[in-house]
Amino acid sequence: MSIGKNTPHDSGELHVTGRALFTDDISLSNDSLHLAFGLSSIAKGSIIELDLSKVVKSDGVITVISAKDLLFTSDTSPSANDEPLLSDGTIHFLGQPIFLVIASSHINARKACRLAKVNYKKEKPVLTIEDAIESKSIIADGECHYIKGTPEVAINAAPINLTDSFYVGGQEHFYLEGQVAIATPQEDGGLVIYSSTQHPTEIQHKVAEATGLKMHEVRVEVRRMGGAFGGKESQGNALAIACAIATKATGKTCKMRYDRDDDIIITGKRHDFRIDYDVGFNEDGKILGIKFKHYVRCGWSQDLSLPVADRAMLHSDNTYNLEDVSITSHRLKTNTQSNTAFRGFGGPQGIIGIERAIDHIASHLNLDPTKVRTINFYRSGTLVKENLQKPQTTPYGMPVVDSISTEITETLLKTANYKSRLEGITAWNKNNSVIKKGIALSPVKFGISFTLTHLNQAGAIVNVYTDGSVYLNHGGTEMGQGLFIKVAQIAAETFGIGIDRIKISATDTAKVPNTSATAASSGADLNGMATKIACRKIVNRIKKVLSKENKIPEDQIIFENGNILIGTKLISFKEGVLIAYENRVSLSSTGYYATPELSWDRKTGVGRPFFYFSYGAAITEVAVDTLTGETNFLQADILHDCGRSLNPAIDLGQIEGGYIQGLGWLTTEELVWDKRGALKTFAPSTYKIPCASDRPKVLNIELWDAPNRLDTVYNSKAVGEPPLILGISAWLAISNAISQCGTQYPHLNTPATPEEILKAIDRARNGV
Amino acid sequence: MVTFLLNGEVVNAEVKSSDTLLNFLREVKGLTGTKEGCNEGDCGACSVIVTDETGIAKTTNSCIALMPQIHGKAVRTVEGISSPDGSLHPIQKSMVKNHGSQCGFCTPGFISTLVAAHKNGDSDFENQLAGNLCRCTGYGPIIHSAKENLSEPVPVWMDENLDRLKDITSPNNLPQSLEDLATLYKNNPEATLVAGATDLSLEITKKLKYFNNMIFLGGCEQLKRIEITKETIQIGAACTISELIVSLRSTFPSFTNMLLRYGAVQIRNSATIGGNIANGSPVGDGPPALIALGAILKLRHAETIRMLPIEDFFINYGVQDLNPGEFIESIIIPKEVDILKCYKVSKRFDQDISAICGCFKLTVFENTITECRIAYGGMAATPKRAFKTEKKLIGSQWSYSTFETAKSEISRDFFPISDLRASSNYRLKVAQNLLTRLFYEMTDTNIDSRGVLPCP
Ligand SMILES: Cc1cc2nc3c(=O)[nH]c(=O)nc-3n(C[C@H](O)[C@H](O)[C@H](O)COP(=O)(O)OP(=O)(O)OC[C@H]3O[C@@H](n4cnc5c(N)ncnc54)[C@H](O)[C@@H]3O)c2cc1C
Ligand code: FES
Ligand code: FES
Repeated sequence: MSIGKNTPHDSGELHVTGRALFTDDISLSNDSLHLAFGLSSIAKGSIIELDLSKVVKSDGVITVISAKDLLFTSDTSPSANDEPLLSDGTIHFLGQPIFLVIASSHINARKACRLAKVNYKKEKPVLTIEDAIESKSIIADGECHYIKGTPEVAINAAPINLTDSFYVGGQEHFYLEGQVAIATPQEDGGLVIYSSTQHPTEIQHKVAEATGLKMHEVRVEVRRMGGAFGGKESQGNALAIACAIATKATGKTCKMRYDRDDDIIITGKRHDFRIDYDVGFNEDGKILGIKFKHYVRCGWSQDLSLPVADRAMLHSDNTYNLEDVSITSHRLKTNTQSNTAFRGFGGPQGIIGIERAIDHIASHLNLDPTKVRTINFYRSGTLVKENLQKPQTTPYGMPVVDSISTEITETLLKTANYKSRLEGITAWNKNNSVIKKGIALSPVKFGISFTLTHLNQAGAIVNVYTDGSVYLNHGGTEMGQGLFIKVAQIAAETFGIGIDRIKISATDTAKVPNTSATAASSGADLNGMATKIACRKIVNRIKKVLSKENKIPEDQIIFENGNILIGTKLISFKEGVLIAYENRVSLSSTGYYATPELSWDRKTGVGRPFFYFSYGAAITEVAVDTLTGETNFLQADILHDCGRSLNPAIDLGQIEGGYIQGLGWLTTEELVWDKRGALKTFAPSTYKIPCASDRPKVLNIELWDAPNRLDTVYNSKAVGEPPLILGISAWLAISNAISQCGTQYPHLNTPATPEEILKAIDRARNGV
Repeated sequence: MVTFLLNGEVVNAEVKSSDTLLNFLREVKGLTGTKEGCNEGDCGACSVIVTDETGIAKTTNSCIALMPQIHGKAVRTVEGISSPDGSLHPIQKSMVKNHGSQCGFCTPGFISTLVAAHKNGDSDFENQLAGNLCRCTGYGPIIHSAKENLSEPVPVWMDENLDRLKDITSPNNLPQSLEDLATLYKNNPEATLVAGATDLSLEITKKLKYFNNMIFLGGCEQLKRIEITKETIQIGAACTISELIVSLRSTFPSFTNMLLRYGAVQIRNSATIGGNIANGSPVGDGPPALIALGAILKLRHAETIRMLPIEDFFINYGVQDLNPGEFIESIIIPKEVDILKCYKVSKRFDQDISAICGCFKLTVFENTITECRIAYGGMAATPKRAFKTEKKLIGSQWSYSTFETAKSEISRDFFPISDLRASSNYRLKVAQNLLTRLFYEMTDTNIDSRGVLPCP
């Protein structure tokens, strides 16, 4: 049995000894060249004159490329072809690449970049959400609207109404390994690209387009990434394309890696939002009608903003049944980095909207927010399944048949000792004037599948060799999430052999073509299923041979423990493989999987965009210093649903890491731009992700142990993104603690930095 | 030429003084286990273990360590942490078993820091790990792996035999005595002094400046002394923050507690108090406390000594009272204190630059504040005293209302700026609230959010 085991990460030993090779570690020939981008220093306007004479003469510079030197369309966009690799003369944000230096070393390339003289015609940039609303600056496809029932009427008829507006900050990915790519020339004019990317096929496609090659002439290989979190879904395109162009121009291997500062200044981040809500409810806190408006800062280009904003809308309900609801989404174009995928892909922003509204309702009614949450939950899937009650539907008309929010929450409230801790906290707050404590629960329901339905497909290739060893390749990429080990476990399970017989290999566009990005938490669901299908094909072929030879029906042939049981006869897996080989049976197979039952129309906002939902809940307790606004997270208890876990240890790791990343997003991770549109928090000295001491002092994480009711791979559930959303409980706990300082609602924004907390304390004491 | 031990082997490196250890490891030696995550000392991916004559294993950011700084020392990278026959260090084993790595990019740095802590017998892991960022794991399995090995013996292959470096010759710009340094600098006053390089290296790695004339302070044993007399403590300018914490702990506990939040272990192992003062930063954490304490700088130019109260050293933003060829030799702190409280406030608790740093030295006699020196960092273009606030407090009764009344003086003392760390309003408000905190702390009100436990 391989499934359900806590098998360590396949690269664990390579990681701890430093032997794991990342893209920047690949050894290159001495004549390899290194690239860097020269960046714009204004946020909006045009280039009047670009004087690169000093750049060209700088030490070690081979050549410099600007837009006019490009032979083919060199666009880096994953969606709308609206992102020229190098500025075409128009400047869209501060940090936009305008020329490319090819030099003998990384440092020479970086130094040369700073020697350009650029004469700009400046225009007033559109920077903030408010700027964009005022100047009606929207990206193509503009506004989007979903409606269910008659929210206007319901809100007006409700006994109590609340409206508010708050800001949800963005987030820098801060993958520890920065963006990097290498292009190596091939004898036939083709290219091999090594790239730290979640989306090798996209790199292949964009590189081919930018070099005039056919896709079959470009091979992209990715062994591993040093973290990605969505930030390597499209943001690596520019580096790979630059390397490809430079290699075509020079005939040499070319490498580009962003210095950390450039990385943060150039690449997109999590979308920041302004969320307005208008909610009607009764005295128990039951929501009767609600309207959300999302103002989404997309940055200068489209990138993945439309599906991100869609997913935010699709998660506006979170775990709550909303009968009368409308969601309007405004996709704003600004002269800032083009915001992109980030773990949760808009889901967290959608969810925090309703969590904030419920927090507000509970405060208004002076009720325990957890009570208000539970009475609004979707009906339990168990009731639905047993046909006791009809399923309720999401704002986009998808029946919710699998909700376990009530069950998870009830269990967690018990295991976390919520009730008695709530009393303890109340007592603490009576006795302490400076340090206030707060506690909060937040649930999550996350839709699994790409909302662009055709992306829900995957391929794998499995080769079995005559010594019984297995070579495995699939379209998913490894970014630390443990995909490779999970898929290897699936292969081992299907063949009934030990994991040590499975060779995990780098993702490679020449092995499995036309893949989707490893994203939307779907890596194991899709690639695991494709792999299982490939393995099953081979198993069935071997069975057929053995059945014929032994005159035993196929269903009495069992692959387990490295052996094959044929009726009562036992042979080793290797022997079975040899027999198949000698009978001239193919021991190689591809597998292909497409998620069933999806149908979604993003224009009308109706259908079934998701195959299923993943659930979870967290309770966080915090202490807030009301003199400085500093926080200390004391305890978090998490109960999360991974279906029947493929690898509980890996899943727990995803949950813990996700929760902490969510906590960081909502507390210390603040992005600050100045009035010129320059991002001031462009390095870890100024952009603060959680460090070891920011982790709650006590952190209990459990898996909700129940198989997925739908037919996913071994009835597991996706785990990559949903746990990030549990970090919302940390933010709500802060809001709860601040509420102890006064009688008013604190109207907390995110991130809840010490400064924002002091402001909110002031609002709690003195009103807005 | 720089000579040092690299994973136990003697290495003679022909390098430029401005070359970083990280680039040497990765690009010259092909030791790619050590990673570059930020190139500015803030992420820890480049951490390696440096051992000097003290025998302490010091986790160090190789991205901002300049090659002459490691002359005569032993450097151990992740490649040298398993035994020569390839078996894993106990920490490495635990990290694999406990799923301490996900993407693995941060892992070599964590291994270095954890192995150094293990060798030194340190068990305050949150503190030890503050300088290593991990974006994947959430740190739990890493801390667990560290705890699990507390009682495991240090593997023998971790010994560093510095005797092998006994007869090496030092580079010319690494003087071996205070006198040599003074002469060298007098004759070469345009040179840039380098102490821990935690400030200066960023000029190289980020501003891409080239320095061809540097003098390194690390060879002068006299600059690393701490002398404690009855009245004073005299600290050599090249003492690191880590050393300061150990030596001052019993005399100025509030100061050293705050210094535990100065950068992280890697930074504190390199950064010197002299550098922290000399760079003149308005947000440095050393100066406010030293100003409050009434410290005196001993400045030297060749044979000439000049004594200067530290508060007079800071003239304006980027302007310090230091002549060409003159350097800080030591800092002399009067020991006598009644009350000393030092507070640092930053966006993130650990490894962050202060938004505000407030240090308060008071003497209370028969319930009256008789003496008071207050200095803030982050409130002006230089670390600066709060004269008006001090004046208000001196002579007043020790009471809540005294402190509340004095608060209003803060906004007459300071006109802070708004920047990415905090707004002017926040700075003013917190600077005021620190007075309240001081009063509460002295009257046993709980003000320590870090010490709070979760409700059972
Ligand atoms: C990641 C990181 C975190 C940090 N966190 C903090 C923090 O929390 N708090 C804080 O205060 N600082 C922090 N710093 C800043 C830095 O550590 C300090 O300013 C440090 O004390 C500088 O000391 P150094 O020995 O490294 O100086 P160096 O970089 O070697 O030198 C700094 C300057 O001082 C001069 N200099 C050095 N010694 C002398 C001397 N004896 N006489 C005359 N001139 C001299 C040098 O010529 C140079 O101009 C941090 C830095 C980094 C990279
Ligand atoms: S690379 Fe980040 S600390 Fe050195
Ligand atoms: S394991 Fe990825 S950053 Fe630590």
